[in-house]
Amino acid sequence: MDLKEHLKTLTELTGPQGHEEAVRHYLREQWAAYVDEFEVDGFGSLISIKRGTGPEPRKKIMLCAHMDEIGMLVADIRNGYLRLSDIWGIDERILLGKLVLIHTRGGTLKGLVASVPPHISNAKGGTDAYPDWEELWVDLGLPAEEVAAKVRIGDIVTMDAPAIELMGDKVAGKAMDDRACVAAVTACLDYLKSRKHEWDVYAVASAQEETGLFGAAAAAYKVQPHLAIALDVAFAQQPGVNGDEYPKHGGAPVIGIGPNLHDGLNKGLQDTAKQLEMSMFTETYTGATGTDAWSIQVSREGIPTALLGVPVRNMHTPIETVLIKDIDRVGRLMAEFIVGLTDEFMDKIAWKPADADKGDKKNGADK
Amino acid sequence: MKQLIKKLVEAWGPSGYEHHMRELIKEEIKGLYDDMFVDPMGSLICRVGTKTDSNLRIMVAAHMDEIGLMVSHIDRNGFLRFTNIGGLMPSTLNGNRVKFENGVIGTIAVENMWGKMYELPKLDGFYIDVSEGLNGDSGNKNAPIQVGDPAGFHRTFEERGNRLVAKSMDDRIGCAVAIETMRKLKQLGCKHEVYFAFTVQEEVGLRGARPAAHGINPDLGIALDVTGTGDTAKADHMAVALGKGAAIKVRDGGMIVPPAVKNLMVDTAEKHKIPYQLEILNGGTTDAMAIQTAQSGVPSGCISIPCRYVHTVNETVDMVDVQASVDLLAAMLSNPIEGVKPV
Amino acid sequence: MALQDTMLKQLSEAAGVSGAEDEVRQLIYDTIKDHVTDLRVDTMGNLLAVKKGTGKSSLKVMVAAHMDEVGFMVTGVDGEGLIKFASVGGIDPRILPALRVHVGKDRTPGVITWKPIHLSYKEKDVKKTDSFRIDIGADNKGAAEGKAQLGDRITFASETIALTDNIVRGKAFDDRAGCAELIELVKGDPFPFDLLVAFTVQEEIGLRGAKVAAQALNPDVAIVLETTAAHEVPQDEDEPDITTVTKLGHGPVITYMDKASIAHPGLRKAFVRVAGQLGIPHQFRSPQYAGGTDAGAIQTSMAGVATITISLPCRYLHSPYLILDLNDFQNAVKLVRATLMQLSPSDLER
Repeated sequence: MDLKEHLKTLTELTGPQGHEEAVRHYLREQWAAYVDEFEVDGFGSLISIKRGTGPEPRKKIMLCAHMDEIGMLVADIRNGYLRLSDIWGIDERILLGKLVLIHTRGGTLKGLVASVPPHISNAKGGTDAYPDWEELWVDLGLPAEEVAAKVRIGDIVTMDAPAIELMGDKVAGKAMDDRACVAAVTACLDYLKSRKHEWDVYAVASAQEETGLFGAAAAAYKVQPHLAIALDVAFAQQPGVNGDEYPKHGGAPVIGIGPNLHDGLNKGLQDTAKQLEMSMFTETYTGATGTDAWSIQVSREGIPTALLGVPVRNMHTPIETVLIKDIDRVGRLMAEFIVGLTDEFMDKIAWKPADADKGDKKNGADK
Repeated sequence: MKQLIKKLVEAWGPSGYEHHMRELIKEEIKGLYDDMFVDPMGSLICRVGTKTDSNLRIMVAAHMDEIGLMVSHIDRNGFLRFTNIGGLMPSTLNGNRVKFENGVIGTIAVENMWGKMYELPKLDGFYIDVSEGLNGDSGNKNAPIQVGDPAGFHRTFEERGNRLVAKSMDDRIGCAVAIETMRKLKQLGCKHEVYFAFTVQEEVGLRGARPAAHGINPDLGIALDVTGTGDTAKADHMAVALGKGAAIKVRDGGMIVPPAVKNLMVDTAEKHKIPYQLEILNGGTTDAMAIQTAQSGVPSGCISIPCRYVHTVNETVDMVDVQASVDLLAAMLSNPIEGVKPV
Repeated sequence: MALQDTMLKQLSEAAGVSGAEDEVRQLIYDTIKDHVTDLRVDTMGNLLAVKKGTGKSSLKVMVAAHMDEVGFMVTGVDGEGLIKFASVGGIDPRILPALRVHVGKDRTPGVITWKPIHLSYKEKDVKKTDSFRIDIGADNKGAAEGKAQLGDRITFASETIALTDNIVRGKAFDDRAGCAELIELVKGDPFPFDLLVAFTVQEEIGLRGAKVAAQALNPDVAIVLETTAAHEVPQDEDEPDITTVTKLGHGPVITYMDKASIAHPGLRKAFVRVAGQLGIPHQFRSPQYAGGTDAGAIQTSMAGVATITISLPCRYLHSPYLILDLNDFQNAVKLVRATLMQLSPSDLER
């Protein structure tokens, strides 16, 4: 599998929140070679099942990366121009002069977010404030009647941003959040192809993370896994994002610790990384991680959940930048961890009273 | 239908205290359902029709509760201080009247009214006067009101041409649309197993619809609720106006409607020549969000009734939109539905 | 009732910042294990058990108290060996200057540094939490990292003491006082029904443990034992009057409404009725200053649960030193026990 091409294709697909169909269908094709079954839940998350070799009833591990991207909607149509509305998460400060795609009933139209020439912006009060949504208009270059006939309020709008390759095996484009992690799941499935594993693997491409972690909650409820790994992008160091609490490109896998995440499961992943002589970057979270892990953990009777990440620069822009090696490393770590999972793992990470197991009552992360 | 609306909007029932509403609705829907129960949260749930291999289980939710307030303490002077039940706006309070469950009418006043004519305090700058003039207090320490007592706004229903004006159109108008649809289904026939859920505690965070949806576990969820409009003075931009038809939700502050559900509504409206508009609401959400996130996810949408001045005592709706909402919901429920389940 | 008659001192001095409730869990486990059946710890860390009833009633009644407390987490060590940290749960940043804390599993003593007034008297803005550092005396990064690993929790360094026969002061009464009440209930006479006991985790970061516990136990009724704000400092005439929030010594607090839930009307009436019958002092808390409790998560779980919160009035919540009255504690236990003994399905009708 060519990971870079896979990632580029993935990010170029259209799939804003609640409209993930194209991504889901592409992944069904791509993952068909790796898995035994597919299911789709009520939210539109793709649940794919790769059966393990252990005796039934087999334990289940769920890998969850969200396939939705941040997107926009047509909010109004006036004189052939479109006014936009955010679905969630778009940084409107970057929109001036950018290209967008309008996905209508009849097909896709090309649009441009009209920028303001200095001659006019000077007259309108200068350039010291970013425009808000009310001031942004999309120009399709089409006659007003044609726009009125083709475009409908509520049609989705995405960034027109083909993926580009940068030096040093990096790729920039839209929707790296979180398709880079979807690609890491693909990489994991690819590694597992030739390996034996006892547990069933549920690879989930979740819907609607960017609206409120909804898809993962529904998928976790349906799958009822014994363990879950949520995958999401992490802020990579870049201009304006400094400090050693942030990973650099090349720092993956990023692993989260804190109340949202299970110490015992984390230790399992950390041990696996050690065996592989793979370094990891640790991020602390005092509460909500803002990722699918937050909703998965409290599904049903509670699910031990870990959070792995890929460092991304310029998050929530059409030039999100990732390093291919980071994606591969996350996929490899998960595959290796899954191969090592035995039936006893759940027992190993369960809390035990001190008198039963004096040595390890905390199950703490071993550093 | 207007008589029904009048009865519903004038009834008392802030969030968590919907029991009068529940009894009122029970009366109105006699003979219109196959089965009825009250769930642990207090939502009134009525089943119409039966599940077969070829139809859907559909939950239709309209919330019975209204915004209101609760007495938080009685101050040194005997005035009632209060906290909000749901989204209470300071700009709507001074001069308003509230009613407690025992019938006591209180008037809301603001501290130092003339001295701070142009200032708008937060909730703690307002108080409720229930004085009776018998005991020398400025307030009334003996009033039969205690800390923790809830109150709703007190205002009559008015009709102005096609426009209906009242408190608590949010969401008694949704309840009216549900009841009227149940009546209409008697004639049209119900093609699905429909659970009409008159939910509680929507205004304090969709707390009724969430467990109700968990219990029903439907294939499709439809909320009936009001939405804002962009047709008032200097309103935030919004392409929804009174009188232009039922508003089919695309997105609001809590959810995005799956395209399959949105298109089902649009296609049904177009096929039956029912006036409709598409709604993008930037803040707030409805019971549809709670249904959507139940169990392993439920494709859900919302038929919104455009409403001016939401969360004031002058919530204004247009009969054209109300009728269109009834027609649209009835048309959906009396016809086969396909393709809402994601594949 | 005196401090030594309860578990409150041991419970409140144990460390249990959200997500790392281990010490508290172990303590409670050892205390209740001979009084319950089906004792288990779920994957979140909730301690769940069943106290067998007399079998006269089949109601499924859950009683919950949360084990976690607010505190801090180590987020890094700077080049000087000073510890960077963040709050876990809601903490007023104005209490941080010159605060004493315990860091990590070894409870290493530390202090939150503060620039001398001579050099900082002009700095009036409240400093953000991430600008503070904890000094444990380490001379360099390596020495500090030995004691303060990434993710380690940090607690207030407070001893629990009795100020009078019944007034006690210490950290983490929110909600170890609730845990201590629940332990009393567990050790006492059996109820007509099996009591589903839940010592929950992660309340302070979003009612996380209780949600999972309720989904596992699927009860008909839930009683949440909590603490709630009392604030009796003198008020000037022109200040907002908040002395009426709740008062120490005026009995347990029956909740009508807080930010996360509205009490089930039938349960509310049952508690008021029983308090009246037995002459147990009780009060109603102002809904205005109330936060949210585990009731919010439990009430809306599954198909809905009849839920109420019964709280102890407690001063200075979320600080290193809380003050409460053990008479309130005793009355709360009495009220909850008596009400549960009488509870019938008719109390749950809407």
